Amino acid sequence: MKLTLKIWRQKNADDPGRMVPYELDDVSPDMSFLEMLDVLNERLIVEGEDPVAFDHDCREGICGMCSLVIDGTPHGPQQATTTCQLHMRHFKDGDVITIEPWRAAAFPVIKDLVVDRSAFDRIIQAGGYVSAPTGSAPEAASIPVPQADAHAAFDAATCIGCGACVAACPNASAMLFTAAKITHLGLMPQGQPERYGRVTAMVAQMDAEGFGGCTNTGECTAVCPKGIPFETISRLNADLLKATRKAS
Amino acid sequence: MSTVNLFTDGEPIRDTKAPEGPVEQRWDKRRFGGKLVNPANRRKLSVIVVGTGLAGGSAAATLGELGYHVKSFCYQDSPRRAHSIAAQGGINAAKNYRNDGDSIQRLFYDTVKGGDYRSRESNVYRLAQVSVEIIDQCVAQGVPFAREYGGLLDTRSFGGVQVSRTFYARGQTGQQLLLGAYQALERQVAAGTVEMFTRHEMLELIIVDGAARGIVARDMVTGEIETHTADAVVLASGGYGNVFFLSTNAKGCNVTATWRAHRKGALFANPCYTQIHPTCIPQSGDHQSKLTLMSESLRNDGRVWVPVAKGDKRDPREIPEDERDYYLERIYPSFGNLVPRDIASRAAKNVCDEGRGVGPGGLGVYLDFADAIQRLGRKAVADKYGNLFEMYERITGEDPFEVPMRIYPAVHYTMGGLWVDYDLQSTIPGLFVIGEANFSDHGANRLGASALMQGLADGYFVLPNTISDYLAKGPFPKVGDDHEAVVEARESVTGRIERLLSIDGDRTPDSFHRELGALMWEYCGMERTDEGLRKAIDRIRELREEFWTRVKVPGENEELNQALEKAGRIADFFELAELMCIDALHRTESCGGHFRAESQTPDGEALRDDEHFAYVAAWEYTGDAPVLHKENLEYENVKMVQRSYK
Repeated sequence: MKLTLKIWRQKNADDPGRMVPYELDDVSPDMSFLEMLDVLNERLIVEGEDPVAFDHDCREGICGMCSLVIDGTPHGPQQATTTCQLHMRHFKDGDVITIEPWRAAAFPVIKDLVVDRSAFDRIIQAGGYVSAPTGSAPEAASIPVPQADAHAAFDAATCIGCGACVAACPNASAMLFTAAKITHLGLMPQGQPERYGRVTAMVAQMDAEGFGGCTNTGECTAVCPKGIPFETISRLNADLLKATRKAS
Repeated sequence: MSTVNLFTDGEPIRDTKAPEGPVEQRWDKRRFGGKLVNPANRRKLSVIVVGTGLAGGSAAATLGELGYHVKSFCYQDSPRRAHSIAAQGGINAAKNYRNDGDSIQRLFYDTVKGGDYRSRESNVYRLAQVSVEIIDQCVAQGVPFAREYGGLLDTRSFGGVQVSRTFYARGQTGQQLLLGAYQALERQVAAGTVEMFTRHEMLELIIVDGAARGIVARDMVTGEIETHTADAVVLASGGYGNVFFLSTNAKGCNVTATWRAHRKGALFANPCYTQIHPTCIPQSGDHQSKLTLMSESLRNDGRVWVPVAKGDKRDPREIPEDERDYYLERIYPSFGNLVPRDIASRAAKNVCDEGRGVGPGGLGVYLDFADAIQRLGRKAVADKYGNLFEMYERITGEDPFEVPMRIYPAVHYTMGGLWVDYDLQSTIPGLFVIGEANFSDHGANRLGASALMQGLADGYFVLPNTISDYLAKGPFPKVGDDHEAVVEARESVTGRIERLLSIDGDRTPDSFHRELGALMWEYCGMERTDEGLRKAIDRIRELREEFWTRVKVPGENEELNQALEKAGRIADFFELAELMCIDALHRTESCGGHFRAESQTPDGEALRDDEHFAYVAAWEYTGDAPVLHKENLEYENVKMVQRSYK
């Protein structure tokens, strides 16, 4: 099929950037979205033009490196699917597709479609862990975890840290990302000793990074490729409230 | 055609530094014999760790906790993205929670046997010992492993073993274990013991007075060529499966870190040992950029077949039973569809070579669930494999409930890597190699759920204990940025980059990579022959020449330049590819993932040659014909037998 791509091109952080149209023939419906961009880039290189920079790595939907806002939706039109797992059979001949980077003040553009998501690492540094130095662990079977808690913790722990939640949020809030980690560790017995300090520190870091506040619009969970449940945010808020009470 | 002098013989390797005595006491003995570093002195010692997967992430975190000053590097935008994240199945440990007869001895035995008797006993025994501590550590970090109703840890049996020793977190065990290590690492970043360098790629090793003292790395955002020095360097940069272009590896996985170290004197062991996984989604066209693994658990209920007739293009549902060949059930009546990975892969290749493959290009076989759906009901099949069926449909657009799945083997893991001794130290003092990047524990074939075990064993428990013996000799004299060796290493990197940018040819880096990959798959893939490997070596050399005259790398160094990143990696893959073929050529036996057509039993199975090849082939770089150093493998605790699955 034949497509028109309108792609955000931005040479570096200082460049204001612009949308640039590209025509692409012979797109196979079996290609993944990123393979379609590979084809474009191969052509651009041969023509002596700068290929489009975009982040990607595992191409199987788990590393969280790929991003792209496709026709206005982070990770594109197919629900519960990362960009790398989106295939061209979901588009049709003659389509015009716009491709943009994640847009958020806390995720500055590095080049073209590549953004800096290191703010997420710093939120984890603030407390997204259990302090268990290597060698200090008790025997594994000595810590039973009710199966339902293990399931719910797992559902939150599947977050791949891609940042689609931030890109979709009208406030560019990192609430779903942060809440996923709070929920994962808060549901496990191992996470209890640091539970309230963790939520306070992680939320403070989230604010410090320039992410917006959460107004419960739910766009985050709608685009999340891993379906992180919206109620993780309630859990974060509940923990934060308890932490604030404990502190006062 | 290449005939003579592809390599020369060198001195054998006599000392692996493994302590003497009963195998079960060696790890204790080594830990007691090794020197320690006083906690107050640790912060004066610095260690560079390259790679943040299970091995590198856990090592950097642990070394930071011990108080060393750690510099951790990854090419991704965050350490959490390393490709360990994609591991599905699980992690083995000899906990014997099922009371089903498991033990350290049994895990050790299974691993040595599974590796087709080409791994080192002392290392594998230690791996089995340490396995139990790994589970404790990961649980303490809050890794959400699968649980029984009573809240205790669940396990499953995996990869054809008879005990249930595989711990798992749905189909995302690698992700959960990696996030555990990543969180421990970020905790140390916050504590100030680990300095993190993301979007940095190691391009050279710095050696001063014969010891590894640092690396040259490129900041992938600014293009700045940086030099980083330390008292020791740890490579945890993963495997080299992407030499085949198409593999289940992440797109960025590459051999550059280990290859640069090899060029500087580290021996490269058993490069020809690659694992080809039988159940991957086949290629859909020339645009294919990577291959996706489907869990091999599918073979428990799916039946593998191809049409009896060549070139049969009918809809599979219209092919009657008597015109189908369930070839695994036919050839291996006792194991049927559950034969080990290497055997299932080769059998698929054989039927496709006969012209009976299905799907685009005839490179696929059917994995059919029609019988299972009839026998168990659609719901039971959906409960068991629903998520895998969805993943398959997302990629292929076909519903496995309606049409048989198509599968084909793909490169998945590389058992070879830099040679290391019992301390995980390479032949360069101060250079340690852990995880998939080294060669040590899997022999010629890796068992399912053992990669995660080895990565974490090396990173959490082995390296942090063995490296202290080396670091105790320090602190070493400080190496300044103006040191001759540092300057030379930096200049060699900038020279190479300038050369790549100045060729300005007419072919893209990827076009070379694809061609090299196809060549390797054809001649150094599932089946290797003397003639094919010689042909491949000639062709690789020609193609490499062409690469250095015709490659086109647009843009400049001083920016984010993904084409430049690729070109540098491909240049190293070319050199590795030649060594892989030489290694495969010299090993005229079949063993594990290495099948030489000339060495098979009368009924077509792999035939090992223990008399001539029970050794590790460790190759020395010379710039010309490599030199072969043999480490003889002696088995005191396991009896060598030929595998059979008929």
